[in-house]
Amino acid sequence: MTQGPLVLIVEDEPQMLRFLRGSLSTHGYRLAETTTGAEGLAQTAARNPDVILLDLGLPDLDGIEVTRRIREWTQIPIIVISARGQDEDKINALDAGADDYLTKPFSVGELLARIRVALRHLAHAASGKEEPIFAVGELRVDLGKRQVFVQDSEVHLTPTEYRLLTTMIKYAGRVVTNRQLLKEVWGPPYVEHTQYLRVFVGQLRQKLEPDPAKPKFLLNEPGVGYRLKMP
Amino acid sequence: MTSRPDPDELVRRVREEERKKTRGRLTIFFGAAPGVGKTFAMLEQAGFLRDVERLDVVAGVVETHGRFETTTLLAGFERLPRRKISYGGTTLEEFDLDAALARKPRLLLVDELAHTNAEGSRHAKRWQDVEELLEAQIDVYTTLNVQHVESLNDVVAQITGVLVRETVPDAVIDAADTIKLVDLPPDALLERLREGKVYLPAQAERALENFFQEGNLIALRELALRKTAERVDADMQAWRREHAIEKTWAASDRLLVCIGPSPYSANLLRVGRRMATSLRARWFAVNVETPATLRLGASDRARIVQNLHLAEQLGAETVTLNGENPAEEILRFAREQNVTKIVVGKPRNARLRDRLRRSFVDQLILRSGEIDIYATVGELEEGASEAPARIPSVKQDPRAYVAAAAAVGLATAVAYALFGRRELADIVMIYLLAIIGVSMRFGFRASLLTSILSVLAFDFFFVQPYLTFSVSDLRHVVTFGVMLLVGVVIAGLTQRVRDQAEVARRSERRTAILYAMSRELSRMEGLGAIVHVAARHLEQVFESRVAILGAKSGELNVDYATAGFVPPLDKEGGVARWVLSHQREAGLGTATLSGSSGFYTPLVAPGAEATALGVLALYPEEPARFADPEQQRLADAFATQVATSYERARLADETERARLQIETEQLRSTLLSSVSHDLRTPLAVMKGAASTLLADDAKLTGAVRKDLHHALLEETERLDRQVRNLLDMTRLESGAVRLKKEWYPLQEIVGATWSRLEARLADHPVTIRVDADIFVRVDNVLMEQVLVNLLENAAKYTPSGTPIDLIAHPGDTEVVVEVADRGPGVPDDERERIFDKFHRGPSERTRAGVGLGLTICRAIIAAHGGRIWVEGRQGGGAIFKFALPVEGGPPPLAKLPEIPERGSEPEALRGPRQGASSP
Repeated sequence: MTQGPLVLIVEDEPQMLRFLRGSLSTHGYRLAETTTGAEGLAQTAARNPDVILLDLGLPDLDGIEVTRRIREWTQIPIIVISARGQDEDKINALDAGADDYLTKPFSVGELLARIRVALRHLAHAASGKEEPIFAVGELRVDLGKRQVFVQDSEVHLTPTEYRLLTTMIKYAGRVVTNRQLLKEVWGPPYVEHTQYLRVFVGQLRQKLEPDPAKPKFLLNEPGVGYRLKMP
Repeated sequence: MTSRPDPDELVRRVREEERKKTRGRLTIFFGAAPGVGKTFAMLEQAGFLRDVERLDVVAGVVETHGRFETTTLLAGFERLPRRKISYGGTTLEEFDLDAALARKPRLLLVDELAHTNAEGSRHAKRWQDVEELLEAQIDVYTTLNVQHVESLNDVVAQITGVLVRETVPDAVIDAADTIKLVDLPPDALLERLREGKVYLPAQAERALENFFQEGNLIALRELALRKTAERVDADMQAWRREHAIEKTWAASDRLLVCIGPSPYSANLLRVGRRMATSLRARWFAVNVETPATLRLGASDRARIVQNLHLAEQLGAETVTLNGENPAEEILRFAREQNVTKIVVGKPRNARLRDRLRRSFVDQLILRSGEIDIYATVGELEEGASEAPARIPSVKQDPRAYVAAAAAVGLATAVAYALFGRRELADIVMIYLLAIIGVSMRFGFRASLLTSILSVLAFDFFFVQPYLTFSVSDLRHVVTFGVMLLVGVVIAGLTQRVRDQAEVARRSERRTAILYAMSRELSRMEGLGAIVHVAARHLEQVFESRVAILGAKSGELNVDYATAGFVPPLDKEGGVARWVLSHQREAGLGTATLSGSSGFYTPLVAPGAEATALGVLALYPEEPARFADPEQQRLADAFATQVATSYERARLADETERARLQIETEQLRSTLLSSVSHDLRTPLAVMKGAASTLLADDAKLTGAVRKDLHHALLEETERLDRQVRNLLDMTRLESGAVRLKKEWYPLQEIVGATWSRLEARLADHPVTIRVDADIFVRVDNVLMEQVLVNLLENAAKYTPSGTPIDLIAHPGDTEVVVEVADRGPGVPDDERERIFDKFHRGPSERTRAGVGLGLTICRAIIAAHGGRIWVEGRQGGGAIFKFALPVEGGPPPLAKLPEIPERGSEPEALRGPRQGASSP
C-alpha cells in the first residue's frame, strides 16, 4: 500500500495536536509534528512534506513570516490555522503565499476538504497537465473552446468575466484573496479596487448561479476573498 | 463652672495643628534693641545643629554688620548667593527666595524678619518670603527687635521718640513655633556700644544716640520681656485647654474699634489689638460710610483703605457699614455681634458743631447701654497733618443759582396774581413751595439761596412799605426769620434724603449685583455656561477684563478670557500659579507681586479648602481700583460664587460617573449570572454525552451512540455561538470595533450568510429575494452578523417547516431588509424591549441562549446610522426589519478597465442599476 501523503503540522497547542493527529492519521495521512516556527522551517527542508498545516499563533515566529520563508524556496501547499477575529493575519498569510485557511473552531470535514484540495492542486501542478473541462454543479466550462454552459445552455461572458472565471478555476477549491484576484485579472495597479471586484463577481454570479442569493459554488469568504467550490 | 468650648475655637485649633504638621518650623530670636546679640545667638544655635545633629543648615541672609565674632561664626556655614537687583542706577543685593526654595535645606537662616525687600522682589516684605519658605517645609531661624512688632510699634515710638517703619504683623509672630528672647541688661549693652561692638549706620548715629539712652533701653527691655511672657502665657493656656478642656475658655469678650480717615485710627487699631490680645477676644475694626464720607477726597479714602489693611494685619475682622448716623450703625452692629467693648478716639478739639449737636462720641456713650466705651487718645503718625479731613460739599452747578432766582421770581408773580397784597400767610406758602422745589432738584446751596431770596422778595414786594427793604411792622421780622429757618431746614432735609437715597442705592446695587450673579449661576449647568455667566457679571461690575483659569492636576488652563483679550500669562503665569498653590491673593493692590497688571484671587469653594479649583484674574481699566479693600472683598465674594459653581459642576460630574459605574456594575453582575447559566448548560450536555460514550461504550447501541455524538457536536456549535455573541457584544461596547464601511452588493452579503447557515436552516424553507443591483455601504463582517442573528432567531423560535423569507426593498434614501417568519410573533408590549440586553420573552426562559442577539443587531445597525424594529405579520408571525441609509451611490465602475478580446467586440460595460439614486 502506498504511503499516505505527509502532512507537516506546525502547532504549539497540545489539544489541537491531539485532535489533528487523531483525525488525520485515521484518514491515512502520515504526520510530522513540530511546535515552533523554527522547527517547522527545519522540518520542511528536511522532510519535504506534501502539505503544511501552520498555526498562526506560534510562540516564536510570526506565522506570516514562516509562510514567506517557506515560499522563498518551495511551493508546498500551506494551510494556515487562525483564531476567530484574526482576519488581518489570515489575509496577510494568504497574500504571503499560503494556499488556504481554517478558522478555529473547525470541523474535521473542513480540514479534510482543504487538505484534499491542496493536494489536488499539487498533483495538477506536478503533472503539468491542464484539465480541459471544469464542471461543478450545473456549471460546465470548456477551457479549450472558451465556452461556458449552465445546465447545458451556453452563457455569454464578457472577456473580463471569463478571465475572472478562469482565474477562479485555477484556484478551484482554494480561497483566492481579493488582492490576488485583482492582480491576476486586471494587474498589479488595481489591487486595491476591492469594491469593484465585488460587482464583477456579482455579475458573474447572476449569470452562472441558479439562485445568486443562495450561491452554490461562487462562494464569498467575507473579508478574505472568494472560493470556487470544488466538485 | 464649666463652660462649653467654643466650636469655632476648636475647629481653628485643629486646622492649626494640621497646618503645623505640613509647615516648616519658625524660630524667632527676639531682642529689645540692636546689638543684644540675636544674630550671634542664632548662628551659635544653628552651628550646634549643624555639627552635632548633622542638620543641613544654610545661611540665607545674615547681616554681620562687620562684627568680628559674628563673621567668624558665619564662615562655617554654606551661604546662599544673593540676588542682584538693579534699581535706579545702583545694584542692590537681596535675599534670593527662589534659590532658597530650590536648594531646600532643612534649616535656613534669615536675618531681620522685618526687612523691606527692594522693588522687583516677589514679596514686599521679608516676613512674606519667610512664610513661603515655611510653606515649602523649610525650617527657618530669624531675628526680630521688639520695635518691629506691629502692635507695639506706637508704644516703642512713644518710648524712644523714634518711629520705626518696618513692622511685622503680630499674626506671623504668634504663629512662630519658638521665640527665644536674647536678653542683655541695658548697662551691658551700653558697654558694648562704647566698645564699638554695636553697628550704627553713620547717618542715623545721632538719632540712634537718642535711642540708646538708658531709660529707653530699660523700657524696651521690659516690653520685650512682657511680650515674651505673653507668649509663654498663651502657650500655657493652650496646654491647659488641651489637657483640661472643661476649664473655662475665655469668656468671649468682643471688641470693636471705630476707624475713619483720621490719622488717629492707626493708633486706635494698635490699642485695640493690645486690648484684644490681653482679653483674648475677637475684635472688629469698623468703618462707617455716611453720605458725607462718600464725598471725601482721594487721600482720605486712601487712608481709610490703609487703616483697613492695618486692621486686617493686626488680626481684626474688618467691616464697612453704610448708614446715615455712624453712632447708630455702630451700635446696631455691635449689638448684633454681641460686642462688649467699643474703642473710639477722643475728639481733640471741641468744634462748634459738636456743641450744638451731640458729637459722635457723645451719642455713642449715651446710647451704648451695657456696652463699654473706651475713649483713648494716642500720638499722631509722623507726617500726618493735624487737621481733620474736611468734607467738601457738593459742587454746585451755576445753573442752580439761576434756577433759584427764577423760582423766586416765579413765586412772586404767582403770589401776586393770586393774592395781590393781602393774605400774607398764603404768600409765604407759595415761597415755601418754591424753596421745596429748588431743594429737591438742586441741592443745599441753591435752596439756601432760594430761602434768602424768598425772604428778600417777600419783604420787597409784599411787606409795607412796598418796594423797599425796610419793614414797618416789626412783627414781620418774625415772619422773615421763620421763613428763613423753614427754608434752611427744608433744604437740609431734602439734601439728606437725597444723600440717603444715594447711599442706599449704592449698597443695594452692590447686593443686587452679587445676588443677580449668584441666582443666574445657580441655574446654570455645565462649567462652560457657569464660567461665561460669571465672567459677564465680573466684567460689568469691576469694569475689567476677566480671565478664569481652571486648575487640572496642578496645571492652569484658560477656561475663559474676555473676548479678544489674551491674559498675559507668559509674564504673569507665575503669579497665577503662586496664587493657586498658596491660596492667597496676589497682584494689583496686594502686598505680593503688586507690580502685576492684574488682580489674582484663588477660587476656593467653601468647605473644600484643601484644593483650589483655579484662579480668577481681573485686569481693571483703572489699576487703582483694587487698592480699595472693599473691591478686593467684593472680588473675593464673586470668586467664592464662581468656585462654588465649579464645585457644583464637578460634583455633578462625579455623581454622573458614580451612577454610570453603578449601572455598569449591575449590568456586569446580570451578565455574569446569565453567562454562567448559558455556558454551563451546553457544557453539561457535552460532558454528559462524552463521558457516557467513554464509560459505557460497550453497552451503547449504535443508534444511541450516534445520538450522543450528534448532541455533542450540536452543543459545541451552540457554545460557539454563545461565545461569539458575548465577544461581539463586549467588543461593540468597549468601542474596540471600528467600522470599515465599503460598498457591497447586498446580495453578496446575503449569499455569504446563507452559505454559513445553510445547514442550520435546513428545517425551514428559506426564500431570499435580493436584487443584484442593491448596493449598501456597510461593514460586511458586521452586517453578516446581523443577518446571521436574525435568521438564527427565526430558525430557533419558529416551528420546524415554517417558511422564512428574507427580502430587500430598495429605496431613494434607504434600503429596507426584512426577515419574516411564521412563528408565534412578538407581542405588542415587547416590541421595544425585545432589543434590550438579556431580554428573553417569558416563553423563552427555558431555552438556552443569552438574549444578546438582537441587542447586537441593534448596536450594529445603529452604528451604521440605521434603525431596526419588529412588526407583526398578517396571518401570524413576526417581521424583523432594518433600514440602512443610502449615502450617495457607489462610485462608477469605470475604474476597472474592460479587457479587450482578441478579435471579438468588447461588450459595453454595464454599470450597476441601483434602486437608490443619489440624494
